[in-house]
Amino acid sequence: MADEEEAELSEKQKKEIAKWFLLNSPPGEIQFVAKDVKAVINDDVLYEEAASEAFPLYNKSHLISIEMPGRIGDVIVTSYGELAETEFIDPRTAQVAVVDHIKQASALFFFCYMNPMIPKMVGRVELNWGTSGARVNALDQLSYKTLSRIMVIKYEQSMNLEHADDRNQASMHLFHYDILRQLMGKHVCTEVRPALDEELPSAYVEEFRCALDAEILKYVGEAYPKGVCSVYCGNGKDVEGPGFDFELVVVISAARHSPQNFCNGSWRSVWSIEFKDEIQMLELKGKLQVGAHYFEEGNVQLDAKHECKDTTIFQSSEDSAIAISNIIRQHETEYLTSLEASYSNLPDTTFKDLRRKLPVTRTLFPWQNTLQFSLTRDITKELGIGK
Amino acid sequence: MEAAMGLMRRMPPKHTETSLSALLSLLPQHSSDLLSQVDQPLQVLCDMEYGKEFILCEYNRDADSYRSPWSNKYHPPLEDGSLPSLELRKLEVEANDIFAIYRDQYYEGGISSVYMWEDDNEGFVGCFLIKKDGSKTGQGRRGYLQEGAWDAIHVIEVGPEEEGTAHYRLTSTVMLSLTTDNESSGTFSLSGSIRRQMNMHLSTEEGHLCNMGRMIEEMESKLRNSLDQVYFGKTKEMLCTLRPPSEVVMRLPDS
Repeated sequence: MADEEEAELSEKQKKEIAKWFLLNSPPGEIQFVAKDVKAVINDDVLYEEAASEAFPLYNKSHLISIEMPGRIGDVIVTSYGELAETEFIDPRTAQVAVVDHIKQASALFFFCYMNPMIPKMVGRVELNWGTSGARVNALDQLSYKTLSRIMVIKYEQSMNLEHADDRNQASMHLFHYDILRQLMGKHVCTEVRPALDEELPSAYVEEFRCALDAEILKYVGEAYPKGVCSVYCGNGKDVEGPGFDFELVVVISAARHSPQNFCNGSWRSVWSIEFKDEIQMLELKGKLQVGAHYFEEGNVQLDAKHECKDTTIFQSSEDSAIAISNIIRQHETEYLTSLEASYSNLPDTTFKDLRRKLPVTRTLFPWQNTLQFSLTRDITKELGIGK
Repeated sequence: MEAAMGLMRRMPPKHTETSLSALLSLLPQHSSDLLSQVDQPLQVLCDMEYGKEFILCEYNRDADSYRSPWSNKYHPPLEDGSLPSLELRKLEVEANDIFAIYRDQYYEGGISSVYMWEDDNEGFVGCFLIKKDGSKTGQGRRGYLQEGAWDAIHVIEVGPEEEGTAHYRLTSTVMLSLTTDNESSGTFSLSGSIRRQMNMHLSTEEGHLCNMGRMIEEMESKLRNSLDQVYFGKTKEMLCTLRPPSEVVMRLPDS
């Protein structure tokens, strides 16, 4: 009995392990990890529990962005915009998005909604569905997995066909298959509601927030091809006018998932700006984090973090916004430069401490002479290379 | 098992040990499969008799003991632990000596061990291991690395000799992690593991050790190069897609 208890993990331990795996997923890969964790844990109830705890944490720490319906923009999943476990505010549109942390199947609905051609195309892959709205809903019920499996099979089949027409179709399948693969791991929120007054900052704070948002939006648009950003009020959102401190938080998130190129990555930065009324200064603190995973015939990951600080003077909302976004731009540009320097130092300095490209002798190792080496150990001792 | 291997391909390589022990506790029934299929960072024991360290792996393990290539004895002692034949042991001793010199020339430090055993079809297998701690506090001569580890595992199967030639099949894995840390750029950490195979049919005129050594040397250089150029390069490429280092015009504050 005692032995059995020792060998068997408690449910709690199993759940903790499951969460550990989920939380350590590389950028954009939690769905793939989840599938494997589920199989390894082999206990659906336990898995669901672990997933319901780990997904929200992962989503928030990875600052994932989710497209809101009606193409009004993206909402970032971050603790700074978290109203309830599934509710995240988008201060720019003053909308609150209801987010399902785990499910991503609704991506398909969104996809069909955006591309009326898709149901037709899916029809071609023998699902035999029309284009009517009702059918599109039916498509939404279909799991992503099923659909992508059909696409893969269809693609593989058509690659073997001889006729040019069929091959054209094959390349079309490939194209759509790629789109579907890109959709993998993309969340979509299906429900938004307008934010309540008490969820929004005061008019005074909003003036600073809004001005900064406009500047940051400009900067992110220039610097990050696929970046999203948002400015939140961290503290003092009810401050009505001068005389009190408040804090704004800039969140920037850029992610790139290209499983077809075996590479995923994300850039995340969070800047908190404290507006110190008494000393008329702004104190900035930035936390930057970059992760990348390359996994073609191997597993290589980059994990880089940096923190920085700066200050500037308290000015009007517009001037503060410009000053802040300039500081952020400067620090992030410098950080990128230092990352590039770290990379260029690799081959000749950093890597050398692990293994040299060539031996100290700068020639390949003389294997043909080694017999003498080992037969006459005294020589190696004299050379001071033997131990 | 498939899912477990899938997880190992995604978890950060610097957490390999944690991942593996988690999987072992979840899937005790697959422990031998996991241990043989997942390469993990190498562990070291000291052979007190020779005052030298040796590397532990599945190939020098018998029960819970590991055979030292220096004294040929198991640690902790094991009554009837399996040993290579006398002839093969001679080759093993020689290989360990030569490989230690090779290791010192490329790694400027580190630990190496070579193990050999007979296989079922008249050939033999050699396992060449290298472990290097390149951190500032370890054996990093230049002191650039906060943390730096290189573990190489080369398993080479040698077929029976036929008309002066033999077939060699080499499977190599390199696991490495490196972290630099400084004020201006924060922590920068890269970790990875890759595995490759190489098959060759060679004349045994110069002896097995010569052939095995050359193959390992070539493979190690290839692996080092692809980690450096291809794998790290791809993560850099990703970084530059996320935030292109375009010559963004630095606008100074108006004031």
